[in-house]
Amino acid sequence: MTIEFKHKQSAHCENGVTSNLLRYHGVDISEAMAFGIGSGLFFAYMPFLKLNGLPVTSFRPLPGMIFRRATASLGIKFYKKRFQSKEASMDALDRALDNNIPVGLQVGVFHLTYFPRPYRFHFNAHNIVVYGKENGRYLISDPVMENPESLSYEELMRARWARGVFQPKGHMYYPVNLPAKTDLAAPIIKGIRKNCRAMLGIPIPLLGIRGIRYLSREIKKWPGRLGDKKASLFLGQVIRMQEEIGTGGGGFRFIYAAFLQEAAQILNKNRLHELSRAMTESGDRWRDFAVIAGRIIKNRSSEAETYPAMSAILCEIADREQIVFSELKKAVS
Amino acid sequence: MEGRSREVCYAVDEKGNYVQALSAGWEPKNVALLQAWEQIDAQAKAAFHLVKTGKISPLAFFMAKYMFDVKLLSEYTNIPKRRIKTHLKPEHFKDLDKKTLEKYADAFNIPSDELVNYCAQADFPPDSGGNQ
Repeated sequence: MTIEFKHKQSAHCENGVTSNLLRYHGVDISEAMAFGIGSGLFFAYMPFLKLNGLPVTSFRPLPGMIFRRATASLGIKFYKKRFQSKEASMDALDRALDNNIPVGLQVGVFHLTYFPRPYRFHFNAHNIVVYGKENGRYLISDPVMENPESLSYEELMRARWARGVFQPKGHMYYPVNLPAKTDLAAPIIKGIRKNCRAMLGIPIPLLGIRGIRYLSREIKKWPGRLGDKKASLFLGQVIRMQEEIGTGGGGFRFIYAAFLQEAAQILNKNRLHELSRAMTESGDRWRDFAVIAGRIIKNRSSEAETYPAMSAILCEIADREQIVFSELKKAVS
Repeated sequence: MEGRSREVCYAVDEKGNYVQALSAGWEPKNVALLQAWEQIDAQAKAAFHLVKTGKISPLAFFMAKYMFDVKLLSEYTNIPKRRIKTHLKPEHFKDLDKKTLEKYADAFNIPSDELVNYCAQADFPPDSGGNQ
């Protein structure tokens, strides 16, 4: 039994699943649009929180937040359920598939056998869509994969019952109540406003633009304080969060710029086009930062490629993004 | 990084419009990912040698290889953290009953025979796959 589900690859799983599920139900929203309406752009540097001994850096809000904001803002109701027992969670999935409903699932990446080993970290906030069952195997649309995949009952159950931080407990969801017509203008404005508040307005030095400035001040102290080896591990963690975890490049800055471009057209505001370009430039600078970091990690850095040089780039990025978000705030007020 | 399908990136075309493009990877990112795996590999290899020399139990090797800390392993197996710590000692590990061994093996998704005998039989720890 298979549902006519169109797999579309995306950069990021949460927005990809949202966008793919909504498209199936006739609401055509791009990944970038889901990201923007969900106020997905963020920065946080939390040195007191450690992941495998390395400080946590994030370029996005907590998992699930972008999805919740986007769907709430669009007026779309989702059926959501977590379970007490593994078997019950699989039964519920089978029932939904019997009723021809493609289902969104939260899963642990560690158990996804179609990922190559090096990508299988214990990260439990990944999202996929199951759209059918064939010869006992579940058909999977994983937004970060180029092609549809499949998993056995056992494998899928393991992934749905991964343990640790953000454990899914079989979490499944699908849209149940869709508005006849979706008006994007108001949700776009709301999403931008909220994003401006997140980047400019949280009075904590670790979050938003303040967080970028904080990292800029800290990063130049790393080699002295930690030694070269540990400092380069710290750097690697930042780069992985910026580039690897489905960000579409430059710590989501390019996705956000793509959103601003779409928004400019829908709202007919040319100013947003200009700000989209400014956001792209900021993304380019994040990538310059990553290039230096990559060379330092590989011990191939030139004399100009140093921790203070990265610190200066981050400071410049903070200045740039401060302007972009201040201007965005004006543009949608 | 081979073995994985390409991933979506956002790029600007010649007219300045955003398009999705497929990327096979980007040097700084690959470097950072490889670094993480070399770190895990090094920890697994260190654990392997300690198992070989009888300093710790095979459990420690598989925990390092599959990136489980005691807390996570305890969540997967429902075995208290304190008991897992005793099972990390070879003299306690060899007395484990079949049921407990199966719980551990199941968490790593390997046969319990492999959990018990792998380190004793292998000469070198396997590459955990940083280059695969």
